[in-house]
Amino acid sequence: MTRKVLTLAEVRDGALRNVSFEAIAAAKTIAEGGEVVSVLVGVSVRSLAAELIHYGADRVLVVEHEKLAHYTPDGYTQALQAVIEQEKPEGIVFGHTALGKDLSPKLAAKLQSGLVSDIVALEEAGGNIVFTRPIYSGKAFEKKIVTDGLIFVTVRPNNIAPLQKDESRTGEVTDVAVDIKDLRTIVKEVVRKTAEGVDLSEAKVIVAGGRGVKSAEGFEPLKELAKVLGGAVGASRGACDAGYCDYSLQIGQTGKVVTPDLYIACGISGAIQHLAGMSNSKVIVAINKDPEANIFKVADYGIVGDLFEVVPLLVEEFKKLKVHS
Amino acid sequence: MNIFVLMKRTFDTEEKIVIQNGKVSEEGAEFIINPYDEYAIEEAIQVRDKHGGEVTVVTVGNEDAEKELRTALAMGADKAVLINIEDDVEDGDQYTTAKVLAEYLKDKEADLILAGNVAIDGGSGQVGPRVAELLGIPYVTTITKLEIDGTNVKVVRDVEGDEEIIETSLPLLVTAQQGLNEPRYPSLPGIMKAKKKPLEELELDDLDLDEDDVEAKTKTIEIFLPPKKEAGKILQGDIADQVKELVSLLHTEAKVI
Ligand SMILES: Cc1cc2nc3c(=O)[nH]c(=O)nc-3n(C[C@H](O)[C@H](O)[C@H](O)COP(=O)(O)OP(=O)(O)OC[C@H]3O[C@@H](n4cnc5c(N)ncnc54)[C@H](O)[C@@H]3O)c2cc1C
Ligand SMILES: Cc1cc2nc3c(=O)[nH]c(=O)nc-3n(C[C@H](O)[C@H](O)[C@H](O)COP(=O)(O)OP(=O)(O)OC[C@H]3O[C@@H](n4cnc5c(N)ncnc54)[C@H](O)[C@@H]3O)c2cc1C
Repeated sequence: MTRKVLTLAEVRDGALRNVSFEAIAAAKTIAEGGEVVSVLVGVSVRSLAAELIHYGADRVLVVEHEKLAHYTPDGYTQALQAVIEQEKPEGIVFGHTALGKDLSPKLAAKLQSGLVSDIVALEEAGGNIVFTRPIYSGKAFEKKIVTDGLIFVTVRPNNIAPLQKDESRTGEVTDVAVDIKDLRTIVKEVVRKTAEGVDLSEAKVIVAGGRGVKSAEGFEPLKELAKVLGGAVGASRGACDAGYCDYSLQIGQTGKVVTPDLYIACGISGAIQHLAGMSNSKVIVAINKDPEANIFKVADYGIVGDLFEVVPLLVEEFKKLKVHS
Repeated sequence: MNIFVLMKRTFDTEEKIVIQNGKVSEEGAEFIINPYDEYAIEEAIQVRDKHGGEVTVVTVGNEDAEKELRTALAMGADKAVLINIEDDVEDGDQYTTAKVLAEYLKDKEADLILAGNVAIDGGSGQVGPRVAELLGIPYVTTITKLEIDGTNVKVVRDVEGDEEIIETSLPLLVTAQQGLNEPRYPSLPGIMKAKKKPLEELELDDLDLDEDDVEAKTKTIEIFLPPKKEAGKILQGDIADQVKELVSLLHTEAKVI
């Protein structure tokens, strides 16, 4: 059965987040040959439409309005409702990001629809689209199907591979006019804490520090290692609570959920709430002076030792490797 | 102020997951109040102590949840409600749960509803916003600060580490993020008092709902554990050699560098 599937593109600092392309890839599977239509919402976002088409969208709809400059549940719901009324999709895909998590349940309730949140994989099997998602903080997984109505899902960033970019693809880009009114929540101010550079949820390599890093300065060698590897720096709650780094770096159940190719945990004990945010990483390295630390249970490679000795040595070795290759 | 808290009973965070007959086995497992709902209960109590009113904690579940409801009462909530739909609904999903909660809340004239931002078992984070939408009230998720002045509300929202300062008004639903407060432990007098506080039990019939009205839209067809990871390689020897070996393994064996 072919379906028409909508995806919501997400823009940050004027660029599309990768999860927008991953959503298109998921939508292609759900569409089973049907049309994939991406939706761009905001102010001055039209110029990003072509890239969505290069990544597999068949068409792009642009909803621009000054009241959509900041995300609000009411504003975005009105924007998407206008699109949904016009397109009557059989599937919808969002990213499982702060925005997607906040908006998707409201829209699902409005549409009287089910919603499968935080999927990490999907496949066609036995006439159904089967979705896989983590449960119990990643200690187990469930496979879900939609039994009634719209197929509405959110995809966890960095888990579903985007389609090959094809700059020769073309498609229609059209505006959808909306009247945005009665916003009941107003964003007065956004305090940006997120560090410049690589978006943690999209990073291929993450060097994360915990309470074992001991101070803000203690993060310097980790930053250096991340730089050599072209990765990003993350942290445990322990490090954030101790004031060694900002909460925007926090990984885990409360913080960001990440799935990099390589995760290097330095001075992190491996509490379940931390594992919930990183245990799906492809390769995990643990550096901890306590051989009994829980983090070694999920690590592929472990070094029992003082991170202040190990991390600078790693920097040197990776530098050498870079020169050689 | 008329305050409600949506509370879910969940597996203890540290509990090991065992799958039996295709379901997560509850045998011998410890249960707790979903940790994010503890923040919601604490905040509700603080708001009540400051602005007056009453805190009612509501859960959809079975009679086992009475224990967690009593804990919430012992923390300081005034009333508890258990909506027991076990006999009426076999497989529910978030659509089911939200519909039941909204049906219960619709004529309660709630000023403020608090929920957790996510349940640590089901993990969808859907129920709060769904309930708000069904009730026709605004919501703010993952909040770390709540200030109420008359009907005006100022909220700090955690957005992947950035902060949004949001203005809105009552009636409102908010979902709690870690950092909102430090939940109190129930005190001994609190536990004694809790025994006498009202705990109401309702069924689907009491809510004017049929099974058909709340029938799930999604279905779990399989639950499985992640493939068992082979024990990791703990490197041995001189630290400098370990580091060399690690870099080489990441390069040639794991091929991630
Ligand atoms: C509701 C809730 C949500 C939570 N959410 C999160 C979350 O999202 N993310 C998160 O991370 N936590 C979260 N936590 C907190 C979590 O339970 C742990 O407290 C936290 O992860 C511990 O951080 P840590 O590993 O840095 O610190 P610790 O547990 O103190 O571990 C420090 C580690 O560093 C090692 N060490 C010390 N010195 C050195 C050295 N010189 N060299 C090498 N190793 C060294 C020690 O052996 C130890 O293992 C949450 C908790 C709750 C209740
Ligand atoms: C009759 C019935 C049968 C069910 N059968 C199954 C099953 O077979 N398999 C299965 O996996 N799940 C089953 N569930 C559970 C259901 O699918 C979800 O777990 C539930 O709807 C909550 O979703 P969540 O865990 O994603 O919570 P989230 O949406 O992540 O929860 C967020 C917040 O919403 C509130 N909340 C969530 N759930 C409740 C609740 N029950 N009561 C009060 N407040 C709540 C809390 O404040 C919580 O912090 C059943 C539920 C019911 C009612």
